[in-house]
Amino acid sequence: MTTPESKPEPRPLLELAGVSMSFGGLLVIDDLDLVVNEREVVSVIGPNGAGKTTLFNLITGIYAPDRGEIRLDGESLVGMPPHKIARRGAARTFQTLRLFLNMSVIENVMASQYGQTKVGVARAMFRTPAMRREEREIRARAEEKLSFFGERLMGYRWDQPAYSLSYANRRRLEIARAMATEPRILLLDEPAAGMNPTETHEITELIGKLRDDGGYTILLIEHDMHVVEGISDRVVALDHGVKIAEGSFDAVATDPRVVEAYLGTKATETK
Amino acid sequence: MSDQPNTPAPEQPGVEQTRIGVDSWVAESEDRQARTRGFFGPAARGWDASPDSVKLFLFIAVAGTLPFWMNAGDLFIYGLFTVLYATLGLGLNVVVGFAGLLDLGYVAYFGIGAYGYALVSSDHYGIHWPTLAALPALTAFTGLVGLLLGFTSRRLVGDYFAIVTLFFLQAFLVFTNTANPDIAGVGLTGGSSGIGNLDPLKFFGYALTSVKQQYYFFLAVLVLATAGLYFANRSRTGRAWRALREDPLAAEVMSIPVNRLKRLAIVMGAALAGLCGGIFAAIQTAVTSSNFTLNVLIFIFAVVILGGLGSIAGPILGAIVINVSFQFLQPQNDHPDIKRWLFYGAIVLFVALMKPWYRAVVVLGGTLAFGFAVHAIVSATAATSWTGGAVTDTGHASVGKAIADWVVIPNQTLHGGFDTYAYIGLVVLVCVVRSTSGWWRSLILIPTLYMTAVVWETVLAPSPAVTAEILFGVLLIVIMTARPQGLIGTARVEIV
Repeated sequence: MTTPESKPEPRPLLELAGVSMSFGGLLVIDDLDLVVNEREVVSVIGPNGAGKTTLFNLITGIYAPDRGEIRLDGESLVGMPPHKIARRGAARTFQTLRLFLNMSVIENVMASQYGQTKVGVARAMFRTPAMRREEREIRARAEEKLSFFGERLMGYRWDQPAYSLSYANRRRLEIARAMATEPRILLLDEPAAGMNPTETHEITELIGKLRDDGGYTILLIEHDMHVVEGISDRVVALDHGVKIAEGSFDAVATDPRVVEAYLGTKATETK
Repeated sequence: MSDQPNTPAPEQPGVEQTRIGVDSWVAESEDRQARTRGFFGPAARGWDASPDSVKLFLFIAVAGTLPFWMNAGDLFIYGLFTVLYATLGLGLNVVVGFAGLLDLGYVAYFGIGAYGYALVSSDHYGIHWPTLAALPALTAFTGLVGLLLGFTSRRLVGDYFAIVTLFFLQAFLVFTNTANPDIAGVGLTGGSSGIGNLDPLKFFGYALTSVKQQYYFFLAVLVLATAGLYFANRSRTGRAWRALREDPLAAEVMSIPVNRLKRLAIVMGAALAGLCGGIFAAIQTAVTSSNFTLNVLIFIFAVVILGGLGSIAGPILGAIVINVSFQFLQPQNDHPDIKRWLFYGAIVLFVALMKPWYRAVVVLGGTLAFGFAVHAIVSATAATSWTGGAVTDTGHASVGKAIADWVVIPNQTLHGGFDTYAYIGLVVLVCVVRSTSGWWRSLILIPTLYMTAVVWETVLAPSPAVTAEILFGVLLIVIMTARPQGLIGTARVEIV
């Protein structure tokens, strides 16, 4: 579980080079370099306000960086609208869940396949054979993604509205919805938040399954160190938008700067 | 809500086993249905279970019989206008219901379609396009206008879009009514008198001139639009619309091009409104800008909202309820005695729903006795003019006699201020009823109900035009209070 199979040569999938971003005078991301290789699970940790979620917003195009370059598989994402970035293969979940609550569970997963499907509204109104074929494919893909979660998001729940799901299941549905965009890289923003220990363990296993069976590359924000320890190939620690440590979990967790960022070292500096 | 017990998920997911279990949400929802439907439960469940195509065919079957038992005048106001509002409502529903855009300029597209038809199918410029060219052309043209206006929806979100579109509607009205630029020596829009003598709809040499023909043609348009939008709603485009209405940011991140889909919704709504405008102009054989005012906009919004935003059947049902009740209440479509029976019937029904049953009997009987007692006291102690007013619109002499013996109707010319005081008295009594409970409430309900009858007979019945507006408003308020999500719409859950 913890160690990946040895890969011949890591190929960089997502590259950030010198990315900076500020809100007014507040520098949120400061000259950040980050590389995520294919089929790798990289965890981003850091105290609150370290810029982790902003990093996700930059990658998915919700914010544009002030400086720097973001590349997915060699192609620049800077200035691209979010839906095009999603189509290029970067999908995310949200820390504060943003499901389509009044749509059914399976519709949530079907809706996010918009980018990879073709049939327009005119053909839909006449219900042409091509349209019906594509609808069947969309449905099948949605069922396939949902079945990744076993009995948690199983059959009879598919036609329920998303708001009827429990909190943990909504998190799972967000992951399923992101998977349905057929991404190259999955950006998971605190997938274990609000989950009990059993469910947290389950999520950890699921992320491993996503990488090993699903072939996804995963960039993960997580506060639960059990999850981070259990799954990460590499850990990146951020503080005030600056990368303060990078490496294996053990190396980063014991890095004095990381300990300082989380706990503070000098009593005089703590307020 | 707690999750399932701590069992690890099985390796093989149960994809095949749909609906093997019932969890709390499903159970509750079925419970709710069984509870609310009550006596009509089986019928309602049968209706729910029947496929949508069957429902559409039932609608066509019922709507298709209208011309056989309605005269042309009734068919025009009850049939044709209902179909017109239903089709307009369907188009607005795409914009407001599916995509969640508050488009207040919607009626302008309707007007552009109508004026477009007038320009290419009348003696105004001497152009007479065949209908089969005119209707598609103006549908496309209004769609194009919608596209241009839709480009503003990229930057203007929410209320600002509403303001801009409302401005567009006002600009359209001013342009057609006042600006009326001279083109080729003739005012383009004919100013306030509009354009008249339009060609009728004509297909392959067969002109639709009777109301019956026009009704069937418009019904066919409505059915086609319904089917098309139904399928569109169930496609990836429909899902994307609903997704962007739920959460535009999440939709955008989930590969949905939000701005393009907003424009698409505006264009489709505009095109359908333009088509309606063309047909409407041909049926009226004239267009004036007074046909496209804010009133029409409010009417169409009421149709869509009351029917249920985002549902396909909603605007159709909303159009039926709103247009039929509105037209029925109009004084020129006069059935005053029926209106009285509906009024008293609604009150009796309201009281009869009280529990326990004997309370309803006490209240109704008490109201009757109270009325005769008050009438006897007034006629014994006061001048005869206090009970000497005429009963309006009795329909039947004995009914008029019964009402005159029960309700105190003063002579209008001698006691002109009475109706005002009756009105105020009713409002006070209603407030008192609202603030009491139990038997006290039932007791005070008796004079309140009697006062309601007095107000009806002295204020509302003699002035049907105002009454129509009041009752129409009351009807809308009652329906919207009873079903805030619309007649067919499902209640949206924001945060749980």
